[in-house]
Amino acid sequence: MIYVDGLVKSFGNLEVLKGISTDVKPGEVVAVIGPSGSGKSTFLRCLNLLEQPTRGTIRISGRDLTSKNADIRAARQEIGMVFQHFHLFPHLTVLGNLTYAPMKVKGFGKAQAEEQAQKLLRRVGLSDKAGAYPSSLSGGQKQRVAIARALAMEPRLMLFDEPTSALDPEMVKEVLDVMKDLAKSGMTMVVVTHEMGFAREVADRVLFLDQGVLIEEGRPDTFFSAPKTSRAKDFLEKVL
Amino acid sequence: MNLDFSQMTPYIPYMLEGIWVTLKFVFVALLIGALLGTLLALFKISGPVPLRAFAIAYTSVFRGTPLILQLMLIYFAVPQLTGYDITPFLSAIAAFGLNSAAYISEIIRAGIQAVDKGQVEAAQALGIPYRAMMKDIILPQAFKNILPALMNEVITLTKESALVSTIGYLDLMRRAQVVGASMYRQFEPLLFVGLIYWILVMILTLIGRRIERRLKASDIR
Repeated sequence: MIYVDGLVKSFGNLEVLKGISTDVKPGEVVAVIGPSGSGKSTFLRCLNLLEQPTRGTIRISGRDLTSKNADIRAARQEIGMVFQHFHLFPHLTVLGNLTYAPMKVKGFGKAQAEEQAQKLLRRVGLSDKAGAYPSSLSGGQKQRVAIARALAMEPRLMLFDEPTSALDPEMVKEVLDVMKDLAKSGMTMVVVTHEMGFAREVADRVLFLDQGVLIEEGRPDTFFSAPKTSRAKDFLEKVL
Repeated sequence: MNLDFSQMTPYIPYMLEGIWVTLKFVFVALLIGALLGTLLALFKISGPVPLRAFAIAYTSVFRGTPLILQLMLIYFAVPQLTGYDITPFLSAIAAFGLNSAAYISEIIRAGIQAVDKGQVEAAQALGIPYRAMMKDIILPQAFKNILPALMNEVITLTKESALVSTIGYLDLMRRAQVVGASMYRQFEPLLFVGLIYWILVMILTLIGRRIERRLKASDIR
């Protein structure tokens, strides 16, 4: 599904990613963890080219995103993204947020887009909020709408950039529950997160990044109970 | 006190006609300014380097020199250089349109850049094309930031429009001078058009407030 080889990203002289190579299989849920500044968000943002990679190859479902003539917009339509700060469109209703891109980009009719939106809102438990504007929603509700908005494009892959980091503690669970549900449904997911509980429970594999290097990867049970590297050990001691 | 408005009575319809003359050219100038200003703002934000440089130089020149100079240049230089005898009306809309484009481009640029960068990223991540993103996602949000400053520009333009009296365009201001000259009384007609300018600006202010309030109301919901 995702194939990353030798991914390097520099901002000016600062090399944030120093050659990351990994791949993600269809249906796999991968948690990306690491200290802040480790480059995990940059890594995720490179996967849908919100950051332009400096060097290296990224292929997503066979499509080479890093080649010169890659159709970036077509690729992005297959990749859903959920941001830390939601980034819902504030001047559109919840329904408008969910229907705009499918209508504009995928050519859905209004009725079709709205029917699909209602279905997704039921799935994230917000059927009653279709007519509401984002400003009237809680953080947890906003993030669930954001997930539904991304799903409305029927992506083959979902990227989550610290989806619960901007939430009040009591709202983290409702968002994680939606994500768990999504993982169970077989969606391929890459999740940058500080929620070690989620990584341990839901992820099929954990990537541990530090200072732009993929230090260690493995199944969550072995990674969390017996990390191989001392840097992962240090990190886990601090966060667990 | 030696104020006598009664002598002015026969001239009042003539001066009132000036309202339409003034509004007509302010409106056209504003339209040009808004269209050109939007274009310049987009150049500044996301244009290729030559267009960006042009937009910046344009703004610098038109904001950096007096409006009356630009007006005179257009009115006098065009006939001298090209032989085309430009009318005061055309000179006026050209000078005011080109000038306000510079100001409006800055207003719009600031308004667009004040929209959260995350909005662009969210739109990009959904695969929304650039034009649709600008039209449906970014500009509607920018408009809220832009409106107060834009109203200010409209008001300034309405008042500064009196400058065109210097090239003989028969606007409100010029008509007051004409009436003053034929009555040998300047004070009354000047006061009269002063009152009209003030009323025009008050109307514009009220319209602006009403639009702003409507936009705000959609915030709370």
